[in-house]
Amino acid sequence: MNSDIIQIRDLCKTYRVGKVDVPALRGVDLDVQKGTFLSIIGPSGSGKSTLFHIIGGLTPPTSGKVIVGGTDLSAMTDAARTRMRKRTVGFVFQKFNLLPNLTARDNIAVARYIGGTDAKPEPEFEEVLRLLGIGDRLDHKPNALSGGEQQRVAIARAIVNHPAILLADEPTGNLDTENSKAVLEVLRDLNRRLGQTILMITHNPEAAAYGDSTVQMRDGRITERT
Amino acid sequence: MTGKLVLENLKHRPMRSLLSILLIGVPVTLILCLVGLSHGFIEDSQKRARGVGADIMIRPKSSSMLSLGYTMPIALVDYFRKQPHVKIATGVLNATVEGVTLGASGVDLKEFDAMSGGFVLKSGGPFQGPDDAIIDEYFADQKNYHAGNRIRMLNSDWRVSGVMESGKLSHIVLPLDSLQVKTGNTGKVSQIYLKLDDPANTRATKEYLEKLPALEGYPIYALEDYTSALNVNNIPALKGFTIVIMGIGVVIGFAVVCLSMYMSVLQRTREIGILKSLGGSKGFILGIIMTEAFVLGIGGTILGIVMSYGAYWLIHTLVPASLPMVIVYEWWYIAGAITVVGALLGALYPGLIAAAHDPIEALSYE
Repeated sequence: MNSDIIQIRDLCKTYRVGKVDVPALRGVDLDVQKGTFLSIIGPSGSGKSTLFHIIGGLTPPTSGKVIVGGTDLSAMTDAARTRMRKRTVGFVFQKFNLLPNLTARDNIAVARYIGGTDAKPEPEFEEVLRLLGIGDRLDHKPNALSGGEQQRVAIARAIVNHPAILLADEPTGNLDTENSKAVLEVLRDLNRRLGQTILMITHNPEAAAYGDSTVQMRDGRITERT
Repeated sequence: MTGKLVLENLKHRPMRSLLSILLIGVPVTLILCLVGLSHGFIEDSQKRARGVGADIMIRPKSSSMLSLGYTMPIALVDYFRKQPHVKIATGVLNATVEGVTLGASGVDLKEFDAMSGGFVLKSGGPFQGPDDAIIDEYFADQKNYHAGNRIRMLNSDWRVSGVMESGKLSHIVLPLDSLQVKTGNTGKVSQIYLKLDDPANTRATKEYLEKLPALEGYPIYALEDYTSALNVNNIPALKGFTIVIMGIGVVIGFAVVCLSMYMSVLQRTREIGILKSLGGSKGFILGIIMTEAFVLGIGGTILGIVMSYGAYWLIHTLVPASLPMVIVYEWWYIAGAITVVGALLGALYPGLIAAAHDPIEALSYE
């Protein structure tokens, strides 16, 4: 039985900018096993974010096959990809992207609500919050939280619906060294303790080293996997 | 959770929310004031007509229930006195003092007292001379007039001989002869009131009078029919005017919410992207925007109702005689529904824009 949670074959994505076609991905092949912590590294414009958006169902591929959790995304409608985002993937962004009007607790509850479950997380989720170190900060709004705390709330929100894959796009890009380290350790803990599959985009080789393996991208292609 | 998202967003931008609610509330107030004034005018007219104490009223030829300016010969009063069952007949001449809602009536005080039981005077006394006027307490309060004051109206000077309790005929009562002369209506009256020997004879007497050849063309009303037939639909153009005001209410509600929500959607592009990245569907996003518009509409309705009470207080304090306004509760729901529909229509376009946002573009919005 194939344990790959992500299978990508000859994936191409071309954006249309005005009257010009801009290829972002030019034939990517990638397999990711369940429970892997994979770092994707590469310069700006290498196609990392596009790959991240396609795996996360935020945009469809132009051609090729993308199977996530046994479902082929290339054949999905926009509505089907929206449904997939509810429970199959969780996103962590560089700019945290918490809803500024809501407390940390409500930011997590919104994800639960959209995911179709009770707004209140299961009791076991308390353990995750303890692991993230934000148990006593949940009633604060984002503007009252440090960058590191905001990113940990974003991680909690991303995994509260138990997604098959956690996609983290430069999760330490807006953090200082100390907070970066804390967030990366949290991600590694989630991977090791809970078996959470994680794909992390980063520019930083030190951050990439937290993953089990690393994929190097350049000019819309995977150039190396270690 | 949708409710919480909406509420927190409204709280997060309090000035936008309050301004939207205020602007939505204005047409609600306009509608409620217009309806309150028209109903107040009708109720006031009914009360005054009943206060006369007559059983039958005769209006001039070709006139309608509320038309002004028509007159008929006062000699008809004598003619009616001779008809069966007629106990008292008296003629009244009407004149407008300010607009159409503040009028004066010229009466033969002795006859009118016999018919109505007399004016209840709060101060002063009955007419002492041809230039005397009796005014009601609303008009006295509005103008700060007292018994003994000399006042000017209808291009003449009058002496306030007494201030009466409101509710009979008009706010201002003048000697019939004087008013006839000063308005160029010598020998004419605007309506004739009949009091019968027994109110039970009203229907039969009315039918009898209508068959008399001398009265052909004169509208004859049983007072009870006249008062019950007084309603907003019988006031010329009022229904159309009300519909126009309601239309303005819908348009203002639509425009305010459309602009407000459009700005809000632009400001919240990134938040919409976040909700979409979490799996929020187009319907979910649209639902949030529409719910917010609904809340603004309800808030505007409540504020509009509160402001209509403010208008009511102002009118009753400043011009109680000129503008008889009442609060018409059943119109709260109508005005609210009109406003909420306008708000929801206004939110539809921004809501659809928000729902159609590309999540990647929305997430990269600064």
